[in-house]
Amino acid sequence: MRILICISNVPDTTTKVKFSTDNTSFDDGGVQWIINPWDELALTRAMELKEDASNPVSNVTVVTVGSPAAEPTLRKALAIGADDAIRVDAVSTDAHFVASQLAAVAANGDFGVVLCGIESSDYNGSAVGGMISEIMGIPSVSAVSEFKFDGGEVVLSRDIDGGKEEVSVPAPFVAIVQKGIAKEPRIAAMRGIMMARKKPLQVVPAADAESFTAYQAFAMPEPKAPCKMVDADNVKELVNLLQNEAKVL
Amino acid sequence: MEEKKLITGGEFLVKETSPDDIFIPEELDEEQRMIGESCKDFLETEVFPVVDRIDAQEEGLMRSLLEKSGELGLLGITIPEEYDGFGQNFITAMYSSEVLGAGYSYAVAYSCHTGIGTLPILYYGNEEQRAKYVSKLATGELIGAYCLTEPGAGSDANSGTTKAVLSEDGKHYIVNGAKMWITNAGFADVFTVFAKIDNDRVLSAFILERDYEGITFNPEEKKLGIKGSSTRQVFFNDVKVPVENMLGKRGEGFRIALNILHMGRIKLGANVIGSAKKAIDQSVQYANERKQFNCLISQFGAIKHKLAEQVIQTFATECSVYRASKALDNAITHSVANGDDKGRDTMEAFNQFAVEAAAMKVFGSEALDYVVDEGVQIHGGMGYSAEMFIDKGYRDSRINRIFEGTNEINRLLLVDSVLKKGAKKVLPVMELAEKAFEEVKAMNGIPAPAEGWIEEKDQYVANQKKVVLMLLKAASEKFNRTLVTEQEILSNISDCIIQVYVAESVVLRLKKMEAMKGEEACKIYRDMADVFVYDAAARIAKFARDATYSFAYGEVRDLLEKGINNFTWVAGVNVKEARRRIADQLIDENKYCF
Repeated sequence: MRILICISNVPDTTTKVKFSTDNTSFDDGGVQWIINPWDELALTRAMELKEDASNPVSNVTVVTVGSPAAEPTLRKALAIGADDAIRVDAVSTDAHFVASQLAAVAANGDFGVVLCGIESSDYNGSAVGGMISEIMGIPSVSAVSEFKFDGGEVVLSRDIDGGKEEVSVPAPFVAIVQKGIAKEPRIAAMRGIMMARKKPLQVVPAADAESFTAYQAFAMPEPKAPCKMVDADNVKELVNLLQNEAKVL
Repeated sequence: MEEKKLITGGEFLVKETSPDDIFIPEELDEEQRMIGESCKDFLETEVFPVVDRIDAQEEGLMRSLLEKSGELGLLGITIPEEYDGFGQNFITAMYSSEVLGAGYSYAVAYSCHTGIGTLPILYYGNEEQRAKYVSKLATGELIGAYCLTEPGAGSDANSGTTKAVLSEDGKHYIVNGAKMWITNAGFADVFTVFAKIDNDRVLSAFILERDYEGITFNPEEKKLGIKGSSTRQVFFNDVKVPVENMLGKRGEGFRIALNILHMGRIKLGANVIGSAKKAIDQSVQYANERKQFNCLISQFGAIKHKLAEQVIQTFATECSVYRASKALDNAITHSVANGDDKGRDTMEAFNQFAVEAAAMKVFGSEALDYVVDEGVQIHGGMGYSAEMFIDKGYRDSRINRIFEGTNEINRLLLVDSVLKKGAKKVLPVMELAEKAFEEVKAMNGIPAPAEGWIEEKDQYVANQKKVVLMLLKAASEKFNRTLVTEQEILSNISDCIIQVYVAESVVLRLKKMEAMKGEEACKIYRDMADVFVYDAAARIAKFARDATYSFAYGEVRDLLEKGINNFTWVAGVNVKEARRRIADQLIDENKYCF
């Protein structure tokens, strides 16, 4: 079975977010890019599955939609252990456009499983995984926190309110994974880094696809109000502030 | 194909360097950055969460961290592939050392193992010794340590009294003696030990294994900083060392020790960059949270001055360290290609760059001390509390001015190396000094500033070099062979040389950056160069005057004074505004971002 991991190239989580002067686009100057943390967990789980010879995983491919600037992120995925990488040469515009590109790659490659992180840490859309399955006409399972093989069958666990459910699903399918799918993301080892440069990274042109949404403007959250410290013995003052200033009582 | 012109060690004093001949961190390639990321990830996931346990010297913890580093390949970054390493160049080694330098005591254990613990065997070992030890050191199966210092032999390493005597059957050397301040001693498996055979005047080197009978250890030293690193005294009581474990030739030990130290010194320059960037992150993040007078303290000019100066010192160290790394990398490649002993040829390249290595050791360690000291100050009372990490950075920093040769010894050997190269006509020190004196005689006031920002900086640096050359000539002629005893004057001259090297490195990086990114994108770096070169000129003038008034009289003194006045002149800089702009960018990003 071949596994396709959809990777989103996102700013490092400590990035100070800035927008262009007219607030219509993200200012990526000086940003350090990383593999979207949920996608990195998906990759880690795929590697764990492949490394266990009892599992029927033959190949792990990573794919992203982006400019050449996204290639270091793909190379890192290769260093962690993916066998090959594909970059769809396009600037991502909205979830539908990205999902269409990923679906085209998935449909082209005889993949049994398409893995996506539950969301990306930049735009947090949580839309791409479901859209891929819809465009491809294959099943999808969301909020997957466990992925294993049982006698050649895929068994997925999902977190549900107050518990878990186990589901089986016929390949090909899309699994949208969340925290818990793998232990800790892996550190790229020197050997992996050296091998990454020799692994194939294919660049494919974008498929025809529509964007249904367009960013009009971004806004930063209002700065937090200053914190007021109230002495632990002064409950009266605390009640007064909550009633009359914060107006929450 | 035309052979690429090689820069030689110390040459910066007598020649202009082209920006094409230096390396700047902006040129790190994708693979090098990925290696750096892995080092950073390792610190964040494996080291920082257990820093307190490391400092408490939890049994087995440091060793297990080194073993994990070995599994990831981080112990073998520069080891050749035939010994299970990854054969990366010296710049990559320096970059990984920089990143891992933020790792407090772990960084010390790592540096010791990968540097002085492994490289003597790699570079001076014979084929059998390399085959037996180097692969296992590269993968972390074995951990290395280095035993040079003795209770009575620190800076004067060659005065060590550890003895090696050939056994009657000629199969072993019997080693007796004591070594101290041995990093990684608590858990290392392999020790490079320096001892004198019979009544030799110079040291020889031996490879000793931990389980050889007769090796004993004192308990862990209680230290001011780097509390998590293992530091013990090691005793050798009639230790039988197989004769095949002699490293290099008889009597070659001191040379091995010195060359390994040259390498260690320049790598220390890289280590401190990582520590400094971490301390700056901690400082700005605290300043961006702490309020006084209803205002974040990061908004106060006094704090901005400190933050900016932390950045400038760190940036300047980075410019110089990577510049020297590239020159060394080229020298290593050239030396290995033209020699027949890869190990010795590599070490010969380090020996050539003794001046730059000492300069980086001194400047880098003192820059880090400045950064952590002001880091504590920015934290105020909290900086003095063990609750915050800045106190650990402060304590850990201090050792850098002591180990790998004290800064005092490094200052002296720096000038000594320049003078020796001058005497051997490798560098035309005296000839150019004579020209500088002639120029001063003919001078009528301060030279007119060159047109253009870069040209002006070039002129300042070129003039500052003339001050150094004049001092070297005047002091050599005055004291001749007794100059070696004039340590205050030598230290003054050394400080001038260090400032010139760093100032020029900052300017060279600016030139290269502007060629890559354009002037507009480098404005903040111009601020850094403006402040650094302006300050360096004042420092050089002060050191040079201190030296001059200590020995020069009559016409020589007049000429030196005139030279200092004219050649260290720089145009005024609004340092307050420049520092504020630098600090504002740091404050806005809330982390080191340059």
